[in-house]
Amino acid sequence: MKRATKLLAGLIAFVLITGATSDNKLTDRQRALHALNRLAFGPRPGDVDAVLKDGVNIWIEQQLHPEAIPDRAVEARIANLTTMKMSNAQIVKTYYEPVLMARKKANAEAKDGELGDNGKKEARREFMRDVPPDQRPQNVMNDLLTERILRAAESDRQLNEVMVDFWMNHFNVFAGKGIDRFLLTSYERDVIRPHIWGRFEDLLMATAKSPAMLFYLDNARSVAAPENRPMVAQRFGRRAMQMNPQMKSRQGGLNENYAREIMELHTLGVDGGYTQKDVTELARVLTGWTITGERDGGQGAAFIFRPMLHDSGSKTVLGIRFPPGGGIAEGEKMIHVLAHHPATAHHIAFKLCQRLVADDPPPALVDRVAAKFLASDGDLRETVRAVISSPEFWDPKSYRAKVKSPFEYAISAVRAVNAQITDATPIARSLQQIGEPLYGAQPPTGYSDKADVWINTGALMSRLNFALALASNKLPGVHGDVVALIPAREAADASHSVEALAQALTGGNLTEETRSIIKSRIVERKAPAEDPWDNTQLPTVAGLILGSPEFQRQ
Amino acid sequence: MIDRRFFLKSSGLALVGGTLLPNVFVRMANAATTKGNKTLVAIFQRGAVDGLNMIVPYGEQAYYAARPTIAVPRPGAEGGAIDLDGFFGLHPSLASLSPYFEDHSAAFVHAVGSPDATRSHFDAQDFMESGTPGVKSTEDGFLSRAVGLKKELKVSPLRAVALSPAMPRILSGGAGAVAMTNISQFGIRGNANVSGGFESMYAEAVAGTLGGTAKESFEAARILKSADPQKLQPENGAIYPNGPLGNSLRQIAQLIKSNVGLEVAFADVSGWDTHAGEGGAQGQLANNLRNFSDAIAAFARDLGSRMGDVVLVTMSEFGRTVRENGNRGTDHGHANVMLLLGGGVKGGKVHGKWPGLGSQQLYENRDLAITTDFRDIFAELLTKQLAVPSLKTVFPGYEPKVRGVMSS
Repeated sequence: MKRATKLLAGLIAFVLITGATSDNKLTDRQRALHALNRLAFGPRPGDVDAVLKDGVNIWIEQQLHPEAIPDRAVEARIANLTTMKMSNAQIVKTYYEPVLMARKKANAEAKDGELGDNGKKEARREFMRDVPPDQRPQNVMNDLLTERILRAAESDRQLNEVMVDFWMNHFNVFAGKGIDRFLLTSYERDVIRPHIWGRFEDLLMATAKSPAMLFYLDNARSVAAPENRPMVAQRFGRRAMQMNPQMKSRQGGLNENYAREIMELHTLGVDGGYTQKDVTELARVLTGWTITGERDGGQGAAFIFRPMLHDSGSKTVLGIRFPPGGGIAEGEKMIHVLAHHPATAHHIAFKLCQRLVADDPPPALVDRVAAKFLASDGDLRETVRAVISSPEFWDPKSYRAKVKSPFEYAISAVRAVNAQITDATPIARSLQQIGEPLYGAQPPTGYSDKADVWINTGALMSRLNFALALASNKLPGVHGDVVALIPAREAADASHSVEALAQALTGGNLTEETRSIIKSRIVERKAPAEDPWDNTQLPTVAGLILGSPEFQRQ
Repeated sequence: MIDRRFFLKSSGLALVGGTLLPNVFVRMANAATTKGNKTLVAIFQRGAVDGLNMIVPYGEQAYYAARPTIAVPRPGAEGGAIDLDGFFGLHPSLASLSPYFEDHSAAFVHAVGSPDATRSHFDAQDFMESGTPGVKSTEDGFLSRAVGLKKELKVSPLRAVALSPAMPRILSGGAGAVAMTNISQFGIRGNANVSGGFESMYAEAVAGTLGGTAKESFEAARILKSADPQKLQPENGAIYPNGPLGNSLRQIAQLIKSNVGLEVAFADVSGWDTHAGEGGAQGQLANNLRNFSDAIAAFARDLGSRMGDVVLVTMSEFGRTVRENGNRGTDHGHANVMLLLGGGVKGGKVHGKWPGLGSQQLYENRDLAITTDFRDIFAELLTKQLAVPSLKTVFPGYEPKVRGVMSS
């Protein structure tokens, strides 16, 4: 009897640790953990049991309908962030105008005096110091970083936050480019978030008409060549325009940047079958899609179509011919075409599978998800459901097969120790060190979803240092209590506390080797009588577990 | 102590009278303290720099016709280019590199690039870094393959270092490169038990991505801790400009001076995607170029005579359109320009066959055509600077042509 119990306990431990079962399927517990790692930012203490209570499938179904999850606690915290409720126009007025004023004053001073470049910079800084703290431009980005981190760490709509991360990255906008740092608040809130469970076409159209994207990829500045603008051509004569390059340049012209990236990155994919000619022609189609300025009656920083700047000539994109004079409808038509293109379906399916299933997703799965995308008119809820409900998602081969991105890693560690965040900025700073500053990807490609990009030596060291700092409460404003994660009687014993913490933080996925390394390095003292175990080593133990190779995986 | 000869050079006195001195770095190689270790420093200008405004073909009327508002004026005019050879001129923001060209320690290669036609930043960077234009399935970077071919008895874990937060494609692979942004913070902030604990854990996890990278990481951290390179101050009065490139080059210089076995260093610098408001002699590109040039000049000055054993090379994924676009900027183009600086460089020359800017001469009627494959330049650097024994696997399926940018 006693022997049998021991054997059973050993077997359970074996199953918990290795995940091996006879029929080569994930156990219920593993399924819950897998779902919480891929469809959420990792489990908090008690989350696995909570998911198992009603079953993984019900939890997933709830997560696919975030609008039905109340999420009051986190909403109440976000409500305290001043800029989160402000429109682009309000943010620009409140936070950008002081910057412009300081610049203007510094320029005026530079004209009077003998200020060099450095003197001008210093003067500008001096004027910025006069701006009241609640109007400083960095407040906008601080609020946005706080909102994003708080939601990822604390929202009950976890899958929603995972998909926000995915789509913000797919439709990347870099905060470091010009005024985009003032436009990203509305971009995330009004453009991305409301559309990620709807039709892809609506999401694509919203980004195409968003001031943040129009500015980031220069479409706001792309206008028809002067000879293709009826009014200008009439006034100066078409031939005169073509002859005089100076006059032509003053009038502005085409910019290909957005036309290329909407096809390469947002829809068709780089091998989607478009040519340089298609890029140029699509750029012509999208001329006049721009942003309002001050002269538009105070409605600054909103989308506007300016017919006067639109190319009125005929165009052909991807074999579709547009007769002269099509206006804004041409661009809307092309966005419809791009959103429904089979190459787009494949590209989006591939990226979703890469994010949720495996770095190199099985082609058959990608094809099925792409087919679902097309059949459902680009319904993103159905497309994501097709990924999650696939046998490939639940295949043991997918279990813990992906390395966490820096954002996933940092937030999952915060969640694992159940840390309370009073100030999110230290986490934002850490993300910079680990290599994924939020809103900080400069190229339009965004960040990669593949492990080999993330796992390199420097970033790994930063991950380990983050783990140690977090577990020992050295990140100001982020407070966790690792002792509280395990029962007091376990914490009283050195070896038991390692086992219990390993279970609490990784759901039993810490290998025997790792646990014994931690024990021999940290908790097994040579003279326990003189140096008794007293819990003070627990944060270090937790730091080692959060930094372990096992915790890097999901 | 400042080397007297270097002082002469860096104060500009050696250039008085326009006498062309032999390559100063080579002349001073005896004084070098790099113990004969050769280093190649590669800088990637991500976003596609406008090479036509970097090294200006001021002898071409077509250049001025195509760029009514953003052309750099001819030498002698206000804000004009700095003449190099009677046809090409340096952008005035690159003035700090001019003395190195004058004394033949710096050279440029024009109309150089990757032959693939793509105008996607991502693909073009990928092709350039993998060293296999047009082939997407290549898994590793060509600098990693090259370093891996060098069979040495004792391999330093710091032989290949990227100053960047993520491992760049060009150094990914089996050579065990290390990526970091701050050499002084590279290591575990904890006691010996903690760092030892992590090291053992990752040694156990040998299978898969995590174990392999971690081993070099811990070894590199140990070496950095004992060599303590960050204590080394810039020498010869070198002042690095603020910004990521200055920061990276300052640290690369520290690594070179500490003799930790650095063979290949890589840094990238972005902000070159000038679709709008590029500017000519002044403006956006001019500001970026000034920072770029001053960072490189500070690096050369800081290393002084050690530059005899160092070659710095720059690259960018593709050039930009010859004609300016409607926003006084330029769109994605084709051929570009590379800078070579250091010991052994056949300097004082703009290498490469110039294809011309006439409308018949342009690539796809819009871009500067490529006359030199970027792999030719790297082939020479890898062979002559790093003594890589064979290039067959470095540039598979490609037979590099010797362009004579390095003296043998």
